[in-house]
Formats: sequence, structure tokens, C-alpha cells
Amino acid sequence: MSDKKPISSVNDFVVRFANVNGSGSASANEMFARAILRHGVPVSPRNIFPSNIQGLPTWYEVRVTEDGHLGARGGVDMMVAMNPQTWDKDVAGIEPGGYLFYDSTKPMPSTRFRNDITVIGVPLTAITNSTYTDPRQRQLFKNIIYLGALSALLDMDPKLIEQLIGEQYKGKEKLLSSNVHALHLGRDWALQNLKCPLGLRIKKSDKVGDRIFIEGNSAAALGAVYGGATVCAWYPITPSSSVAEAFTAHCKKYRHDPETGKAKYAIVQGEDELASIGIVIGASWNGARAFTATSGPGISLMTEFIGLSYFAEIPAVIMNIQRAGPSTGMPTRTQQCDIIACAYASHGDTKHVLLFPEDPAEAFEFAAAAFDLAERLQTTIFLMLDLDIGMNHRLCRPLKWDDAKQYDRGKVMTAEMLEEGRDFGRYLDVDGDGIPYRTYPGTHPTKGSYFTRGTSRDRYARYSEEGSVYADNMQRLVRKFETAQDLVPRPLQANAERPTKYGVIYFGSTSPAMDEAIGLLEARGHQLDRLRIRAFPFHSSVASFLAEHDFVYVVEQNRDSQLRQLIVNENGIDPVRLVPIVHYDGTPITARYIAKAIGDHQDHLKVTPLRKAVS
Amino acid sequence: MTYIAKPKFHHPGLKKNELGYTHRDYEGKISTLCAGCGHDSITASIIEACYELSIEPHRVAKISGIGCSSKTPDYFLGNSHGFNSVHGRMPSVLTGANLANRDLIYLGVSGDGDSASIGFGQFAHSIRRGVNMTYIVENNGVYGLTKGQFSATADRGSKSKKGVTNTDNAIDLVAIALQLGATFVARSFSGDKSQLVPLIAAAIGHKGASFIDVISPCIAFNNHAGSTKSFDYVREHNDAVNRLDVLVGRDPIAVDYAPGTVQVVEQHDGSKIALRKIDADYDPHDRLGAQTFLAKHAAKGQIVTGLLYVDPDAEDLHSHLNTVETPLNTLEADTLCPGSAVLDKINASLR
Repeated sequence: MSDKKPISSVNDFVVRFANVNGSGSASANEMFARAILRHGVPVSPRNIFPSNIQGLPTWYEVRVTEDGHLGARGGVDMMVAMNPQTWDKDVAGIEPGGYLFYDSTKPMPSTRFRNDITVIGVPLTAITNSTYTDPRQRQLFKNIIYLGALSALLDMDPKLIEQLIGEQYKGKEKLLSSNVHALHLGRDWALQNLKCPLGLRIKKSDKVGDRIFIEGNSAAALGAVYGGATVCAWYPITPSSSVAEAFTAHCKKYRHDPETGKAKYAIVQGEDELASIGIVIGASWNGARAFTATSGPGISLMTEFIGLSYFAEIPAVIMNIQRAGPSTGMPTRTQQCDIIACAYASHGDTKHVLLFPEDPAEAFEFAAAAFDLAERLQTTIFLMLDLDIGMNHRLCRPLKWDDAKQYDRGKVMTAEMLEEGRDFGRYLDVDGDGIPYRTYPGTHPTKGSYFTRGTSRDRYARYSEEGSVYADNMQRLVRKFETAQDLVPRPLQANAERPTKYGVIYFGSTSPAMDEAIGLLEARGHQLDRLRIRAFPFHSSVASFLAEHDFVYVVEQNRDSQLRQLIVNENGIDPVRLVPIVHYDGTPITARYIAKAIGDHQDHLKVTPLRKAVS
Repeated sequence: MTYIAKPKFHHPGLKKNELGYTHRDYEGKISTLCAGCGHDSITASIIEACYELSIEPHRVAKISGIGCSSKTPDYFLGNSHGFNSVHGRMPSVLTGANLANRDLIYLGVSGDGDSASIGFGQFAHSIRRGVNMTYIVENNGVYGLTKGQFSATADRGSKSKKGVTNTDNAIDLVAIALQLGATFVARSFSGDKSQLVPLIAAAIGHKGASFIDVISPCIAFNNHAGSTKSFDYVREHNDAVNRLDVLVGRDPIAVDYAPGTVQVVEQHDGSKIALRKIDADYDPHDRLGAQTFLAKHAAKGQIVTGLLYVDPDAEDLHSHLNTVETPLNTLEADTLCPGSAVLDKINASLR
């Protein structure tokens, strides 16, 4: 049937499942990804879903990657087409020589297929209906049946899948055995009726190691638990809701007093983002570690409070799980589009600390660190995740915690210090680092109280509209921001094998695609030094990196090259030397995209000697 | 004038409370509000109530929004931490502060613009959550700091100083608070300290969301004929349903009340409220009855004042959340962090 040679690849291909949301396919698809991991083969799955609960198309893409490339690859080698609504587009998206897996219960006209792909029909509905009578069971087990058929087609070890089912339904024997039965229904049908395996195969390997498989939002929430957050206030918004939900789940497990059963945390679902950040500011003012999780529209609503946090110097942690804006934008699509909105949030002169984790492991570390930074710097710290990291399972190094670590509660003047006669000025820079001391409410009967306000005041927190007093305070805030440079995670640099005049700057979820793109670019003969920025304010090494290279590409997932703008603005750099590489259609950036964009630019830069050109 | 230091000395014979503090110890900076402002009388009443209750001033956190009323926390309890936050957002800031340390007393001060307009949502939600606080609205029906625009509590048909008639319906915050489940609801008048001081004292003793709407005439922009928030109008239309005395600790219950006219309510903190009925039929434990009573009297143009509703056995947000007795802001890594051994298990479950 196929007039193109079928793709043949072991442990390196992309399978995409096209489903209808609400059909229960998600758990079967996730089991497929986990089963491959159990073969010792890395995978990188991604949910592509609509802003809807039931009935609309949804996709789940699994990149199987022996080499451990965890970014999106682009292209589909095998389509599991379970959604008639998207059939035509799904079929059209298969790479030439790829495979189409579909439910062949009802015959399809040949015009609906392509002749350069391999078509695999399995009568899923017929198998399901002859086995099950309950409609819900039919729907759920159909998913497991296709998983079984795929296991045969891709040469997977069924025992590893059975093991996963066993773990998932531990203690629920009936569900366990019926799932295993469904798995073998599909598997046996495929083995008896189809040529197994296909050109695409899973072969056992040892490339997963001790890595874990976790969503960024869950990891960030766990970081908040380890970082000592006791107050969480939030308002539901995609793609951030699962941060608060995961925090709730983690706290239920790890934060109840074993004797009294009482909670060592307080979680409030606010009436909106204004209330959520207000609760965070109130709790932090009163000495608790507090955070909120939100996305772009929530950030817009919170900006007045963010300015208060900056000016009145109140700690706050905001986790921003970015999605495509502006306005409601594409709520279920990924972007890195709030860099400017967060770096300079609120009216007046403001600057805020941003942290850019690249994966769940860093999301965990940076989330915990954000609370130390917020209390040390007495200001808002943004943890800048995005949908790609936040809502997808990602393979990453195991989470680590040092039990000797104490929380850095920052400069807090205690009753004892006040009794000793220490001079307390709430906005007095005693150490030259721009960071003043604060007191918690209720500390001392007669000393250390002050009035917190968003209006201008002097070093002793007394209201003042004197120009010099105001300017003095604003200058100190600049000093404090300079102090922050050395406290936030530093950029990580990786140099090319040979010295080069070209560099690339990237951050956050672009990381895996960038790492892979470097290999592709090297194959094209392009050498690039890399700098992964992990925080704002920028460390001095960013300026050095810029100085050391003629051209620096700034790769990011937004239209306006926002990080580049920030670098130009903060470092006074000639913008011409910073080349924007942007990707902003809402899908995760791919190595192919980066390599092409940078490669094409590099090719243009290559001067071809005239004699050679004319000869 | 906040930049003028207020002298600390006082008459040596000034009365002291149980803690040995005089009422001067409960004062703050000198008010910058207009002379004769109703808000200054409320400030004086707060000082009086805290003195009478022998509260440690530094154990109070006073939180406000933006506006004339929200400036007042600077003028009382100078040894307390104060927070003049964001317009209309006092309730959320107070909620967060309360979650962080359940051991302090939370006094929220707001105005009618702050609570009935920009902050109407936050007012409503802090009440329905049952945050343990005393929420005072200094209600003058007008935007004072921006010079005399109507607020959302201005009555329909009332006139502004410039002669404009208000055509919008008024929001009655007391009626809303009752509907949203506030467990202590009162209304008073800044010109009636004898009613206001015990109401504030009783509200502080209440565990749960206490709400007091204090009609507080704006001397500069809303004290003219045609206003329904002027001193004269409120005096003429004030319909007090009860008067109360707050009895703290050792004080015996006064015995000079006529039998059947006094109802004693025991509060969570051990204090007692002695309620002297003025309207014999008014029952402050009947939420629905209070709502009907208010609506009927409002229709007649009367301003019902007094303790309108109280549930002495109320729960607060901390009981709903089942939080530990120890203030959350004192917990450290040893109790908050699950540690590396737990993390290893979590890692193992994610493979």
C-alpha cells in the first residue's frame, strides 16, 4: 500500500494520540509513556489540549528518545487517530513513511488515507463491544485495548505494562485484573492479525537511570512545602491551578501534626487574584512564608499589590505558570510571554526578581529558594514557569534536599535585639546592602512598631513627601536590587569545543530544545557558546558573555523578544548584537526550529570569498 | 499633623487599667483629619475600648485600605503595627495576617468607598469566610479625600454639597453582612460614644467576623441639609434597638437593671455583654428577624443602631481550616520540612 519506505527506527520516534477530551484516554496514554520509561528508554510527553472539559479534540504526544532529547521534536511518526473530528488534519500531519493506527470497526473509504504511510486498522470498537456491555467500561477499556495493540506493534514487553497496572490498581484486584485482561485483548488481536513488530520499535536500554518523571507544577508545589510555605492563596486559572492543588495534596500528606491531626498550613481559594495576592502580602507582612500561583491575566490583576510589595518591602512569592497572551490569549498553550510584565510590574519605578527554572527539578529547587530570597530581600520573587514545564511530565534528575539547611528568614529584629537598644529604622540601610530590618507585628510592647504604607516615608517609616527623602529611599531600593544579583541563581555557561565569536542566550523551558539544537548546529558547522539565564537581575557574567561575543542569539518563546529587551535595557547593550530568535505559536519550541533559525542567520554571516563565488 | 511630635507626658493621677496603662498609652499620632470629623470620634472610641479591655497595645494589628478612614489607624495604638494597604483590599491583607498569626487581635478599619465600592467583593468574602476580626466601616456616604463625590452608601435621593441628587440605590453594609453570615453585626453613630465604645469592645471579644458600620458624618463634604449622613439627620433618625455594657473579668454584672430588660451574652473570650433592650421585641440572636427589622425600618427612613446580631458560639476561619494552635509564622524547618528521607521516597514513587 505504501509507496514510501516505512520509517524504521529503534527508540527514536514520535507517537501522537488524537483523542476526544473527557474520554478517559489520558491515563492510558500516560501509561504508554511510563511503560517505555520502564524499558529504560527516555520519553518526553506533552499534552496538547483545548480550554474545555468534554468533547473537544485533545492530543498526547510521546517523543521516544534514546538520546534523551526532552524538547518537542516536531513531526509525527505514528498517529493513533482516535478522534474522527480531527482525522483529516491528523492523517495529513504524519511524516512520509509514517504509520497510522485507527479503529477499523467501520470501513473507511480509501480516499481518507494516504499512500505514503502504513495504515494499521484494529477493530477496537468491535473488540470492546463484544467483551463489555457497560458504556463507560466500553469507553475506558477501549483505551487499554489500543495500548495492548500498540505494545505488540512496537515490540514492548507486556510484563512491564502489567507491572504498571499492578502499581496503579494496588489493592483493587478487580480493576487490576480487568485492565490486564483488556491489555491482552488488544495485544493478542494485533499479534494474530497484524505483522508485528513494525519498523518503529522499543528496545530495552539503560538511559533513564535514576531520573524521575514529574510535572513542573507538582514539583514547584513540593518545593513550597520544603521551602516552608505555610500560607497559600490562589484563584483557579489554567495552567497554574494544579500548583495549588498539588500543594494541597502534598500538605495533606506531610504537614499535619501527627498527634493533633491539625494543619501546619492554611490554603485559601481567594475570590480573585487581587484577594490571593492580598492574603499573601498580609501573611508575609506578619512573618509567614506565603505564596500564590497564577498565570498572565492574574499577574495583570495583581500588579497594584506587587508595587506595594516592592515599595513597602513585603516578601511575596508568585508562581507564574505562563500561557500564551495577551488578554485571554490561548489559555492552554505555552509561551514565555510575561517577562517584561513581571520584571517591571506595577506603576512607578519598579523592578522585580525573576527565577527561570528549566525543568521540574529546578522548579522544586527554585520554589524552595524563592522563600529564602523573598524574606532576605523583602520583596516579590517570581517563579517563572510555563505550561510546557508545568503541565507535562518531564524526566529530570531526582529532587534533593539537605537536611542541615535552615530557612533564611532575612533581617528580622527580635524583642531581644530591641531590648539591647538596637536602633530600629524600618527603612534604614544599616549594612550597606540596601536591605533594612523589619519587625513582626506583636514583637515588643513599646519598641519596634511601625506603620506600613504604600506612601513615601523616611528611614524611620514616618510619612514624608520631601523630595530628598523619597529619592533616598528609591536609591536604596536600587542598591537592594544590586544585592539581589549575587543572591539569585547564576547563569550557566557551556562553551563550544572551538573558540567562537557567536553565543546564544536562552532560559526556562527552551532548555532541552536548545541543548539538542546545539548538536544539530554543530553538524552544520556552527559553533556557539551557550549561556542559560536562570534569574533576573542579571548577574555580571551576562554582561561579560555579551562582551566576549560579536553576535548573541537570544532564543525565547514570545513575539517581542522580551528577554532580549530586558538585557538591552539593563545592560545598555547595542541591540544589533543581540539577534532575536522567537517562537510564539503556542507550541513548545523545537530543536529543529532553533537550529534552522540560527543556522540560516549564520549562513548569511559567512562571507564567501569573491574568487570562489565566481569560479 | 503627623510631623508634630505628640507630647508623651500626662497628668500623674491619670487612671490606669489592669495592665497599668493609661488611655494615653493607647493613643497614636495627632490626627490630620478635618476638625470635627466623625472619624476622630471613632478613633477615640477605639482607644477607649482597648483601654477598658486592658489589651496589650502591641498585640493588636490594625489594618486599613485607602481613604480618610484608612488614615486613622495612625492616630490610635501607636505601639501597634499598622498597615495602610491598598484601596479596597484591607480584608484580604487582614485575612493573610490573621492566617500567619492567630494570636493577635485584628482590627480592620475601612470606609464606605473602600468597602462598599472598590472593595465590596473583599468585604463580602472576608465576612463569609469568618475571619476572626473586628471590621469597622467609618461610613460618611462620600469620598472625602477626593472632595465630595457620592459613595455607594449614599442614599438615593440624598443631595451632595454641590446640590446634585443621588439617583443610585444605596448599599446597606449591615444588611449585606447579615446575609453573608457575619456572626457579630452592629451599627452605631460616631456622635454616640456611649453606644459605640461598648460595641467595639464587644466586637473585639467576639471570635469570628465582627462587623460594625459606624455612621460618621463628613464635616467638610456631607454635613449639609439634604444629606442623610449629616449629624442632624442621623440624630433625628437614629433608632437604637439596645444599649450594652461589656463586662470583663472580675467585674460583677451590674444589678441596677429592671428585671427582664437585660440579656447577658457570654463571649468566647470570657467577657460578658449585658444587653439593655430598648425595643422590647428585638432579638439579636435572630438573623432573619434582624434582616426583616432592618428592611422595614430603612423603608421608613430610620437608621437602626445597636447590636443587631450576635452568635456567641461562632467559628472562625482557623477552625474551618483546622490549623494548629501555634501561630504559623513561628514554625521553622524542623516542623515544616518533610526532609530528605521523605523526598527519597517521593523520588522512588516517580520512576
